[in-house]
Amino acid sequence: MTAPPAQAAATREAYPHALIQLVEEGIDVVALDADLSVSTMGYQFGEKYPERWHSVGVAEANMVGIAAGYAATGKTAFIASFASFLPGRCFDQLRTSVAQPKGGMNVKCVASHGGVTVGEDGASAQALEDLTLATSLIPFDVIVPADFESAKQAIVAVGKTTRPAYVRTGRPKIPALYDSSFRFEIGKANLLCRGTDVTLIACGIMVEKAVRASELLAGEGISARVLDMATIKPIDREAVLSAARETGAIVTAEEHQTHGGLGTAVARVLADSLPTPIAFVGVDRYGTSGKWDELLGYFELTPERVAAAAREVIGRKR
Amino acid sequence: MPTTLAPASITELTDVAKRVRSHIVQMVYQAQSGHPGGSLSAVELGVALFWNHLRCDPANPDWPERDRFILSKGHATPFYYSLLAERGYFSPELLAKFRTLGSPLQGHPSMGAVPGIEMSSGSLGQGLSFAIGHALSGRLDRRDFRCWVMMGDGELNEGQVWEAAMAVPHFGLGDRIIAIIDRNGIQNDGFADDIMKTNPAEMWRGFGWHVIECDGHDMAAVDQALAEAERPHDKPRCVVGYTTKGKGVSFMENNPGFHGKAPTEQQIAQALGEIGGGLK
Repeated sequence: MTAPPAQAAATREAYPHALIQLVEEGIDVVALDADLSVSTMGYQFGEKYPERWHSVGVAEANMVGIAAGYAATGKTAFIASFASFLPGRCFDQLRTSVAQPKGGMNVKCVASHGGVTVGEDGASAQALEDLTLATSLIPFDVIVPADFESAKQAIVAVGKTTRPAYVRTGRPKIPALYDSSFRFEIGKANLLCRGTDVTLIACGIMVEKAVRASELLAGEGISARVLDMATIKPIDREAVLSAARETGAIVTAEEHQTHGGLGTAVARVLADSLPTPIAFVGVDRYGTSGKWDELLGYFELTPERVAAAAREVIGRKR
Repeated sequence: MPTTLAPASITELTDVAKRVRSHIVQMVYQAQSGHPGGSLSAVELGVALFWNHLRCDPANPDWPERDRFILSKGHATPFYYSLLAERGYFSPELLAKFRTLGSPLQGHPSMGAVPGIEMSSGSLGQGLSFAIGHALSGRLDRRDFRCWVMMGDGELNEGQVWEAAMAVPHFGLGDRIIAIIDRNGIQNDGFADDIMKTNPAEMWRGFGWHVIECDGHDMAAVDQALAEAERPHDKPRCVVGYTTKGKGVSFMENNPGFHGKAPTEQQIAQALGEIGGGLK
């Protein structure tokens, strides 16, 4: 078990820390992996609590069913895999065995290696659909944390509800945005930069890009608000509507396709309550191999593109 | 805490089976939809289990030590709901509302909708996995209940069944999980041998299970097979009951057309007459 990192760390590294914290706080947690525990970091929980952790082999559908059975007996059941397989490889099991029974079973998916920053493994390992699928499961909370600390707190937070949840973590080590004084709350956006001309709403790895985009824009005299919208579902409607009212233009940024993820969730709020110009930054084509930071450039998941989207959407304000 | 009833005689079980069959055809007739074929085939397997083997207390359906019956072949709700009603989980009067708006008795089982339903099913292949979760939890909490999982033979086409089949012996859950296969030889689109030819007994053996084969309509044979499944063995046990789809109603027997079709007014009278069923 490695010590909690203080600096750059991968969000996936938070997973075992959060599970151990939950057990220490008295939550009756069990956890399952499907032969990717060295990558999801689930094995570290298994080393600490072997009776509470199982590897089910390369069998995601079975893993979901086992978790649902555990939950039926009162356990809080976590399952982990890559975001390209969980939920995609076992969507029907999540729907029928987890989402539908009794308004939602107490099963938590923690899917690592989300987005293109998986890197060299290429398109089949790079999840760009997981948020679309997860948000379609009616009782699920869906969360994409931006750094280690928020990931740890988000996983602990979902572990303390009885609802099903999907938390997406990432492979690469990324800069810390928060320290232990941060308080994550499901369904609450976190204001990172104040601003009046446009709001950049981001999740996951794109939060840090949005902060840097706001710095670029500040140099041009554009005041950009930045919201860390880690919780895609339930979306923080109030934060979205305040941003629309007070800045009049929105950019969403996510390491995901723009159909069904963060951008869609934000647009839905705006469309039904306060139509506002919006621009979407995401990846609407399948991935390829490369180093993770090269891929961010290749797919233009960059501060420069977020800033360009902000300029464009500001131009659409009335 | 009540557990099982005093062992029922084969005559008593046969009478229950007639009532269950009568419920099945009436429910599907009244709803004018549902799955009679795979319900009628499962009757002896279910009745012998619920009366003589399943440790349960219908008055206390959430009893933590209860055995779990998990209907993985979720379309067999006419069978399942009739069995639960006859065993005392809820009033048989509810059966008349099967598949209607506002009724807890949906076309496929909804967990917790009425007492005794352990799992939502209907999308095939998921029950054995769910049972593994129950069984692992029971082991963790030092409870000694069993999970009985009923699957259809068509259902065995689903890959998830085999993910779970390999996991049960791997996790050492043979004394906690018993599989029951209703081998009626017909699935949705036709005869199983035409749709996807398999040999269930050989497949389960190949996955490390002790397979107990029986005539699934010979109540005494079924009762003995389930008793054998309860006895300790170094492998998990799978009971394969060789059954007839639509058993007990001549025009439904071995007829793929009655996998998911309701009888007409003329047919229901004939069906009830043939079952000779003990219902008023």
